[in-house]
Formats: sequence, structure tokens, C-alpha cells
Amino acid sequence: MKRRKYSYLIKELAITDFKLKFKGSFFGYLWSLAKPLLLFLVLYTVFTRIFRIGGTIPNYPVYLLLGVMLWGFFAETTNVCMTSIVGRGDLIRKVYFPKIILPISSSLSALISLVINLIVVFGFAVYVGVEFSTSLLWMPLVVIEFYILSLGVAFFLASLFVRYRDIVHIWEVFAQALFYATPILYPLALVPPDFARVMMLSPVAQIIQDFRRIIISPTIESSVSVNGIIGLLPYFLTIIIFILGYFVFQRMAMKFAEEV
Amino acid sequence: MFSLTVLTKEKTKQQQSMNEAKTDEIAIEVKNLSKAFRIPHERHTTIKQAALNIFRPKSYQTFEALNDVSFEIRKGEFFGIIGKNGSGKSTLLKILAGIYMPGGGTLKVNGKLSPFLELGVGFNPELTARENVFLGGAVLGLSKKDIEKNFDNIIGFAELEEFVDMKFKNFSSGMQVRLAFALSIHAHAEILLMDEVLAVGDSNFQAKCLSEFSKYKRQAKTIVLVSHSTATIQRHCDRAMLLESGKIRIIGPPDEVVNEYMLRNMAETESRTAAEANQDTKEDSSQKKAQVINVQLLDRDGREKKTFQTGDDLTIKVEFERVGKTAEDIHVAIGIYRDDGFHILSCNTSIDGHKIRKDKIEMTLPQIPLLQGGYYLNVACFGDIEQSLFDLRKRARTFQIFPAEANSEYKGIVNLEHKWR
Repeated sequence: MKRRKYSYLIKELAITDFKLKFKGSFFGYLWSLAKPLLLFLVLYTVFTRIFRIGGTIPNYPVYLLLGVMLWGFFAETTNVCMTSIVGRGDLIRKVYFPKIILPISSSLSALISLVINLIVVFGFAVYVGVEFSTSLLWMPLVVIEFYILSLGVAFFLASLFVRYRDIVHIWEVFAQALFYATPILYPLALVPPDFARVMMLSPVAQIIQDFRRIIISPTIESSVSVNGIIGLLPYFLTIIIFILGYFVFQRMAMKFAEEV
Repeated sequence: MFSLTVLTKEKTKQQQSMNEAKTDEIAIEVKNLSKAFRIPHERHTTIKQAALNIFRPKSYQTFEALNDVSFEIRKGEFFGIIGKNGSGKSTLLKILAGIYMPGGGTLKVNGKLSPFLELGVGFNPELTARENVFLGGAVLGLSKKDIEKNFDNIIGFAELEEFVDMKFKNFSSGMQVRLAFALSIHAHAEILLMDEVLAVGDSNFQAKCLSEFSKYKRQAKTIVLVSHSTATIQRHCDRAMLLESGKIRIIGPPDEVVNEYMLRNMAETESRTAAEANQDTKEDSSQKKAQVINVQLLDRDGREKKTFQTGDDLTIKVEFERVGKTAEDIHVAIGIYRDDGFHILSCNTSIDGHKIRKDKIEMTLPQIPLLQGGYYLNVACFGDIEQSLFDLRKRARTFQIFPAEANSEYKGIVNLEHKWR
């Protein structure tokens, strides 16, 4: 009973966020779709026409689009959730409800965008003639892993942001660094093998590569194919980040009403 | 007054022992509740500051918002909490609601409690009334089914049928409050917590709210109301509690609690109004030919007092001094007001044809008929022309009237002599 009650609150808050996000804009929701697509067009032009690194691997456009969309989800979830507690400070000071609802509801609209964006990627993949295999069945699992990872990071950021407002700036720089340290724009094959091994320890890199492997081709490097048995580490890291993030959040949540 | 307090405490003890016999009737039980806030002398809002100060011993100032508070609220009770700003009222309510964690002590709540303190929590100005009812309802812990079932009732109660799809920000503040209140009374809580809400809306809507509250009483719902307004507490509550610096000062019948509260505030009010009055008089000192220097309230035996009982003799003694040489007669005017500014009587020596010989005058009100409450005096002096005052002391004195046994249940301002046949 209680759980159902709060799931309704999560839904209502998410719907409100969604409604307000595109309020007053003419194209409304289309923007959340158009933005990654436009960014993709820019990057595609740069990397196939100017630098010509993309040309060496098959289906580079799908490869790039997928990377951009996935990173977009990670960046949006972490950024939106980070301010979710402080942004609703008014609510927290006046009514009791489990605080964990706030980052979860904020993450939902990003999750919905991700699902819609993935459908667009599929359409694009079909258009350019990618051949799908049965490995596509793994997809929901990878989506779940990605959601858990993003939420785990978001729990940390949201609870720390209540006390230390510089987290915003630190995270901005850190995320920028992570973006370039992850094979999003460039193929992993172009990275020196020693670097590639370190890079692939990051759960974000592992997840993005797994998505590409599932959708585009089983020949694309995965965490395990690069690092062997150590390649399982990012999967565990995801779970550890989520659990730690959850406990840190719940511990600090008791004082949110006083500190926010 | 002291003996009164002791008496009340004993009474509450009795009530408590009565309650212990049937614990199932207790809605809220608070035992030795404390809450301290640590206020760091330098708040570290940035990591740099935190890092720089990491080796320095942290200095805190602790503020005890609540200190060893214990009380019980029975089911179906309308319980009032009163106290000055910073006395810990809101902190207590927030702990009851679960918003703050108790610092020490225990809190037992028996029944579904409304988790909110203010009306309209979670409302968003950009959404329509309809959307806000669903969002606000969810925040108050209602399910979608509950809200759908009650939607027409909520809108009907708020009298907003024609504005369901208008944006909340375009509502008048009265309409906003009506919608918020209508939603909150449909939250189906058994225990309602309210922080200063009755002071809003027009009188028609207020009457509606009050009838809703009495309906709650009949349904054995419990209401905890925090208010500054002594009138609200007196009119609606079954029992009340006065908080002072985080401690319970007195708990018992609302009338006694309100009296205690007023008495405690009076000294403060007087010194403040005296300061204000002094400022007032400085402004027009040019045409002043006399000024009030002292006002005293005396009882039958000539002792100075601040509290009287209905039926006591009350004497107002005014001393003034002449400024410079003036041959004009000086007249003194006295105005009596209830503490909310209601004008009861003004009279002066000029109207009554009384000539003041010395620099002081006394006015005696034999068997003062005023009923229980707080009152104040304005005192002025003037010369031949009543309209040009030499001096006006606003709230020169405040006093408190306590009921005599015979008329303690009377309501109103004065006890008019009456007979039943």
C-alpha cells in the first residue's frame, strides 16, 4: 500500500518536471530528441569530413550517434538529480516523504528520453543497413545497468550538493574529462592498447561499448575482450557505486530538512 | 497566578494518569523530546572552506529549540500550541510531522498523521488547478484513485468549479488558499497538524473551515494547531500548551494558557510601546504645553497592579507636568481599548466638566464590568482646544482582566447588568 502511494508521487513529480521543462517552447518535447541529433550532425561532419577518423570503422554514424545519445542520458541524469534535493527544498521543509523519491522522479524523464532516443537510433541503424543479431535480447539488461549506474552516481551528487554547493563545478569538469576519456567520439581501436585497457575499466565506457556490440556488431571491443577477467570489474563497480550511493544518500537524508 | 499554574499542572497530571488507564485513546505521545540545532560559527558551504578548516577544531553554537518536552494528546482533541517566535513551536510540529528527526526522547504517533504543516505544499504556479490537485494530493500521500474519487468534492468545497483549468498563478490569493485547504481536508488523516492557517480567506470561507473542523471533532479526529492568535486558541481548542524557550510553560485549558501567555508578553509589550510613545512625542514637542509623565493603575487599596478581576475597582492615576508658563487649563483624556484595538470608551475632564487643580488626576472605574481579556489605555492631555493635543501616550498602560467565578463563562467585552425572569 505504502509503496504504491509513493510510486504515484514519483510519477506525479516526474510528469510535472516533464511538463515544466518544455513549457513555453514551441516544439516542446521534440527538443530532447532534436538536441542529440543536431549534436550528432555536427560531430559526424567533423569526424568524417574533417578529421576522417570515422571512416575506418564500419557503421561509424550509428556508432557515433549511439555514443552521443548514451552520454547525453548519463549527463542529464546526473545533472538533474544533483539539484533535485536543493531544488525542492521548499517541499522538504514542509512535508514528510521519503527523500529518495526526488532523485528517482528526476531521473525518470531522462530514462524516458533514453528509451525514445534508442528507438530513433534503431530506425537510423535500419536505414543505414545494420544487420541485427539475437544479442539484441541483452539490451534491456544493459539499459538497466546504465540506469543503476547513473542513479548511483546521482545519489552521491544529490546528497553532497546539499552540503557543498561546489559539487556542481567539480562535477562539470570531471564529467567533461570523463567524456573525452570514454570512447564516444573516437573508436577504441585508435587508442594505444595500454590506454584502452585503463579506459575500459570505467563502467560508462563498458556500457557504451556493450551497447554498440549488441546493436552494431559482435566484433566491437568489449570490456572483457580488452581486459580479460579484469574486464568484469566495471560491472561490479556499477553495483558498488549504486549501493554506496544509496546508503550515503539515506544517511544524509535524515538531515536534509535542516540543511537544505 | 503562580498558584493557578500549579493547580493546572496537577490537573494535567490527573488527566495523564487517566489516560494511562486507556492508552488506546492517545493519539500522540511525546516523552522527553529534545532538539538542538548546531549552528557552526563559520558555515562551510564550499569544499575549499571545509578543507582549509579541517585541522581547526570546529566551533559550534548549540541552540536548544526543544528541551525535554513531554505531553500527550488524546484522540479527538483540538490541541493548541502557542508561544512567541523562537519558542520551538514550529520545530515541535516539524518533529511530529516527521520532517525533522528528534534529537532525543521518544515520539509515538497512533493513527495516520497528515505529514504537512502548511497549505498548498507542492503546488506549482505554472500548473492548472486540476493538475495541482493531483500533484498536491500525491505530495500529501494520496493515491490517484483517492484523488479521482474526491476531485469534484475538492473543487466544490473550494468553490472553484469554473476555474478548474486555469493556471494556479492566475488565481487570487484567496482562491489559492481555498484550493489548498479543500485538498488538505480531503487528505483523510486521523491527526491533522496545522501551522497558522485559520487567518486566511474571507469570513464566509472561514466559517466553512470551522464547521469542517467541528465535523472532524465528531469523527474523533485529532487536530494540532500552532498559532500566535490567542483568540483562535481560545475559541477552538480543547486544551492548549504554552511553549517558552523550548520548554513547556503551562499545559491545560486554553483560557488559562492564553492568560499566562498574555501575562508573559505584557511586560515586553509595555517597554516596547513606551519606547514607541517616546518617539511619537518628540516629533511635535514645539506646541507642547504639557506632557504626561506617569500613568499608574491602582486597585482599591492604592497598590499598583497590572491584573484585575471583573468587578474590581480600578483607578487610573495620571501625572503630568506643564512645560513653560501657560495659563491654560490642562485637561486629561483617557481611552480604553481591547488589545486588538477595539475601542471601548474615551472620555476626558473637559466633557465631564472637571477642573484639574494639581498636576495629577485620578479616574476610578468602580466595579469594572470588563470581561476576561487584555486591554490597554491611551492617555492624552490638552488645553482649551480639545483637537490640539499637547501629548498623547498610546498604549500608556496595558492590563489584564481575569474572570470572577460568577461570570467566568461569559463571552464578549463587558458584563452588562442583567436579570432573568
